[in-house]
Amino acid sequence: MCLAVPVKVVAVMGNEATVDLGGVQSRARLDLLGEKVKPGDYILVHTGFAIRRLDPADAEETLKLFDELLSADEEGV
Amino acid sequence: MKKESNLFRLRDPARAEQLARALLRLAPSKSVKIVHVCGTHEAAIAEYGLRSLLPEGVKVYEGPGCPVCVTSTVDINLAVMLALEEEVVLCTFGDMLRVPGTELTLEEARAQGADIRVVLSAADAVRIARESPEKEVVFFAVGFETTAPGTAAVLLETPPENFSVLCSHKLIPPALEALLSENTEVDGFLAPGHVSTIIGSDAYRDLVEQFRVPVVVGGFEPLDILYALALILRQLRAGRAAVENAYPRAVRPGGNIRAKELMERAFQVVDAAWRGIGVIPASGLGIRDELARFDARNRFGIEAEAGEEEPPGCRCPEVIMAKAVPTDCPLFGTACTPLSPVGPCMVGVEGACSIWYRYGERPRL
Amino acid sequence: MQRFIAEVLLPLFPTKSVGPLGLEALDDGAVLSLPEGHLVVTTDSHVVKPLVFPGGDIGKLAACGTLNDLAVMGARPLAVTLGLVVEEGFPIDELKRHLVSFSSVLEKFGVALVAGDTKVMGNGELDGLILSTAGVGIAEKFVPDAGLEPGDRIIVTGTVGDHGMAVLAAREGLPVEGGIESDVAPIWPLVEKALAMGGVKAMKDPTRGGLAAALNEMARKAGVGIFVREHEIPVRLEVKGIAELIGISPLALACEGRAVIGVSPDKAHAILEAIREDPLGHKARIIGEAVEEYPGKVILETEVGGRRYLEMPLGDPVPRIC
Repeated sequence: MCLAVPVKVVAVMGNEATVDLGGVQSRARLDLLGEKVKPGDYILVHTGFAIRRLDPADAEETLKLFDELLSADEEGV
Repeated sequence: MKKESNLFRLRDPARAEQLARALLRLAPSKSVKIVHVCGTHEAAIAEYGLRSLLPEGVKVYEGPGCPVCVTSTVDINLAVMLALEEEVVLCTFGDMLRVPGTELTLEEARAQGADIRVVLSAADAVRIARESPEKEVVFFAVGFETTAPGTAAVLLETPPENFSVLCSHKLIPPALEALLSENTEVDGFLAPGHVSTIIGSDAYRDLVEQFRVPVVVGGFEPLDILYALALILRQLRAGRAAVENAYPRAVRPGGNIRAKELMERAFQVVDAAWRGIGVIPASGLGIRDELARFDARNRFGIEAEAGEEEPPGCRCPEVIMAKAVPTDCPLFGTACTPLSPVGPCMVGVEGACSIWYRYGERPRL
Repeated sequence: MQRFIAEVLLPLFPTKSVGPLGLEALDDGAVLSLPEGHLVVTTDSHVVKPLVFPGGDIGKLAACGTLNDLAVMGARPLAVTLGLVVEEGFPIDELKRHLVSFSSVLEKFGVALVAGDTKVMGNGELDGLILSTAGVGIAEKFVPDAGLEPGDRIIVTGTVGDHGMAVLAAREGLPVEGGIESDVAPIWPLVEKALAMGGVKAMKDPTRGGLAAALNEMARKAGVGIFVREHEIPVRLEVKGIAELIGISPLALACEGRAVIGVSPDKAHAILEAIREDPLGHKARIIGEAVEEYPGKVILETEVGGRRYLEMPLGDPVPRIC
């Protein structure tokens, strides 16, 4: 159970953020985050609550992980 | 802007093909049984047609990963009963509407005049309570560790007096333990990414130590899932059993500390009945005594009646314990369909049977 | 009631006949004069909750739904009838607004409202308003659902899921703002452009159950498989964004201003170009083709390159969190 989507923060008001969903806007509560977010940040939202701030650099990092596996696999197996 | 927002959408077909080839090379000669415990994983695997990219011998099963499916009929009955009360507005997630209780689904109760609202968040239920002070607004709270912190947050911020929670939140690690104790044929676990965002990848260490089975935390983009499966196969090939995090952009070893604190403050761990499995000790969340006035069970003086059984022929308990796949069941697709479900796995849109029915098996074109 | 019909309803419909006896006669039936061709008849009862949604209302929906059912049969709309069922106490101004919406679609094409009926039912016996219609059209050459043959290309004439998402968001009070409007519109002009090219073999409007339902019906009726590529299917970013948030598939959401058209392979590009010249057809795409394998089934090649059946949707989509 855990449909959560990465969305971009458009504005922050208190413990609530306005977020962008491909052109339409929705809202997300920020109570569960132990850190501040600002407009332009990405957050992972589940049932209206941000459960994690996402760093675009980590997404790039994920792709590197894939490539590491792929190259190790080419060599090793 | 478009490119930027796609950063987190890992769906590139060329990479998927590379990962599929890697899976093929890593797959052992004998068949392996990988279990995930998350309806969202099952939905993603089915929706993106990932089974068509897996090697023949790699079988992926859905375990007890759908909180809708595992919500006991007792709790559904309580929700239906409350919803039918004149002054009650019952709020819940859309997933719960079509789950049969003993006599009615919430959707059927709604057709009989019950005021039932679909919400996307616990916070929406609180808003409805503020807007309708003359009503009793009950939030039927289901879900695992990903969802429970949101319920905790609204309980702890002093909601209006006409708001209460019918709490049916459940915990994933005890369910995994129950599954592994009963099913010894599991070769590896694909652990649920967003539950792990909250509880952290370290939460699976004891399990791996006790049962010596690889546990890999996976995300929900199609490439995330293929990658996580590849890591499980790599561990199996090397004869290792460890916790690996294949979703580090969303999961830390210690999880989301603040969310865990909120859960701790709002809930206490209780024994819970899982539909299709039975009672698992210390596997559910109940509302703490300090917040008892917001506990619907307290407020309305309702008691759960025990005892429930699945109808004859239904193999949901085995599907939930990853001992059978939906098509093994004689009722699947005949007596039991998403529009007239018999067992719990067909009722929730993310139940294994419902997903298999809607997305079909793997086509070979 | 008589007064309502005479003073409110009749003045809203300037075109009342296509023959010797029409609506203004308030007779027991209408008499139509027919041009050459096949007579195509359709009927539908229209309900929608809420009655007004971004991009339209029940009046526009009923008119477009009726005309579009004719259009996807290959028929130029000629006349419609209207059975109006109203809940007691329904505000007359609101009713009038819906009828104006209904009428303005008809007037655009010179389609006559030739007969009608009005009933009032008790409070709580229905949800506001039901518009029951029949439509009559003329087709030189009619187009069935079942006409697909292996090799035929599948065209969808615009983005899918806009109507379903607009109504769902309004009905469930989804906390989203801006941007999502129903695609409800009459598609006859677009269909006419496609028909003029020759080579149109099967056609459906993907209403209830959306693109997924339309493709499944076309595959079943023709006994062919249909293979479609997800990345070719036009979906608005906004619709996709909300669909992901609430866990439903845009392919199962209703459209009210689109057509799914099966065409001969040699004519496919010419037809596509013709459709794209229509204001409703700018985003038209060839999304796949009919195949011999898997008769009666729809195969979807997903964004990531996996393959699965695109099943017939079951029930109305409900937001989920799982």
